Amino acid sequence: MDFFLQLLIQGLSIGCLYAIAALGFVMIFKSSSILNFAHGELLAIGAYIFLVISVWLNLPIYLAFIVTFVGSFFLGFVIERLFLRPMIGEALIEVIMLTVGLAAMFKGLLLFIFSGNTYVYPNFLPAGLTIKIGNITVSSVYTATFLATIIFLIVFGLFFKYSSQGIYMRSVADSQTAALSLGVNVRRVFALSWAIASLVCAMSGIVLGILNGINVHDLSKMGLKVFPVVILGGLESILGAIIGGLIIGVIETLVSGYFSTSLRDVVAYVILVIILMIKPYGLFGLVEIERV
Amino acid sequence: MEDKVALLVNNISVVYHDVIQVLKGVSLEVKKGEIVSLLGSNGAGKTTTLRAISGLLKPENGRVTEGSITFDGKQIHNEPPEVITRLGIIQVLEGRVPFKYLTVEENLRVGTATRWGKPYKEDLELVYHYFPRLKELRNRLAGYLSGGELQMLVIGRALMAHPKLLLLDEPSLGLAPFLVKEIFDIVKKINEEQGTTIVLVEQNANMALNIATYGYVMENGKIVMEGKAKDLKENPDVKEFYLGTTAKGTIKSYKDVKAYKRRKRWL
Repeated sequence: MDFFLQLLIQGLSIGCLYAIAALGFVMIFKSSSILNFAHGELLAIGAYIFLVISVWLNLPIYLAFIVTFVGSFFLGFVIERLFLRPMIGEALIEVIMLTVGLAAMFKGLLLFIFSGNTYVYPNFLPAGLTIKIGNITVSSVYTATFLATIIFLIVFGLFFKYSSQGIYMRSVADSQTAALSLGVNVRRVFALSWAIASLVCAMSGIVLGILNGINVHDLSKMGLKVFPVVILGGLESILGAIIGGLIIGVIETLVSGYFSTSLRDVVAYVILVIILMIKPYGLFGLVEIERV
Repeated sequence: MEDKVALLVNNISVVYHDVIQVLKGVSLEVKKGEIVSLLGSNGAGKTTTLRAISGLLKPENGRVTEGSITFDGKQIHNEPPEVITRLGIIQVLEGRVPFKYLTVEENLRVGTATRWGKPYKEDLELVYHYFPRLKELRNRLAGYLSGGELQMLVIGRALMAHPKLLLLDEPSLGLAPFLVKEIFDIVKKINEEQGTTIVLVEQNANMALNIATYGYVMENGKIVMEGKAKDLKENPDVKEFYLGTTAKGTIKSYKDVKAYKRRKRWL
């Protein structure tokens, strides 16, 4: 029983990580229908920025966080400006291929600068985050992942629900023509969704770096892991991304605990195939409101 | 002040996809504070004219190739909608297009996109003043509203932008006659109380000419007739082809169906 609970908690916190990684992906898809294949690389870039600032430049941790978040936010803006804006009006498949190209380019750049070695962050998490309940110990990494996810989700939830920019972003996702007719700056909305997605990626990159160490190949693999998560949850749904992330996280951890760790990566894709067969729009996929 | 020209459309031609010509030299003049209606059958080019004014031609791959559009003395043809909406021209789209997954109140808030600082509290009250029904529905998802409620919503959403010029594209489409009357009364009220200049595109010529001061009739991408609304209502051609009565003003009867079809005077 203890073993099960231990796995469950671990699974939930990994699930949180998947959830925020998927959040960025869903955001871009929702506003502009683009599947971003460079997602894993954006995540890796965030993790490396944090590494450079906290370890190589040896600056305080809070500064590293700020610089990473601001940096990746602007990186998202720049990517949109330089690569995606000229593609407005082109066929969707071309834009999606462009993100495949971006992925290759970013990965190449990262390998060129940092090579394929695995780095680690200094241990900066306060020891107080390690929680002991009975026989179960939750290590600080997992608690931190948990907390970070919850804070992120609350902040973004409030942003989308109440702020003007958040409402504009949702309006563009809903009907681009109507948004244009009211003077919503659709290009700015696209730019903002890339910027926010990139920021969220950086967050999950850092957490993943703390968990597994920083390695270009491992981090960019996360970009594929978001697919089962978002397909399970439904491509358009932020809530779906969160719940999909939690489910995949828990199942993966249970499988690797009870059966074998080598099954761990397979099981997510098995779920993906099953979901596509029985519920292709995902658990929370868009249910078209139809009125006659 | 009363007679100042707000919008001047000067002999414009519009082409979609570089080959399909839809408008062939359309000219309109709209004075500040008046309601001008634009009549015509399907495919006459009314919606395209509105799109040319509001800048929404671009997403449809259309372009003004000749002529000019000026609003408050500024040339606005072929400008993007972000620029044109910020000058105070807001188009209410045909077919109502709400943001289905946003609540009524969120829909209205999108209307403030063009305004500095995005203030919305007072304006919400103003919209609820004109459309009390929307206040009851404020937390409902717009996708579940009825046709009349949606029409109120999209007009309200446009009002949030404090438009100087409101372009209404077929607000009566698919609505029950008493609702059409209610909507038109409110449009008139908005025009009088807010001083908003309105261009009204309509199939329901009777209603449109009742609230408008001036009217244009379009056919095949051209303006074929124009005049004061009350003169147009008396015009035998307009009566025959748009008001559904005979030239003498009596209701059309199937008895006369075999009689020769009246030749349009302007052809």
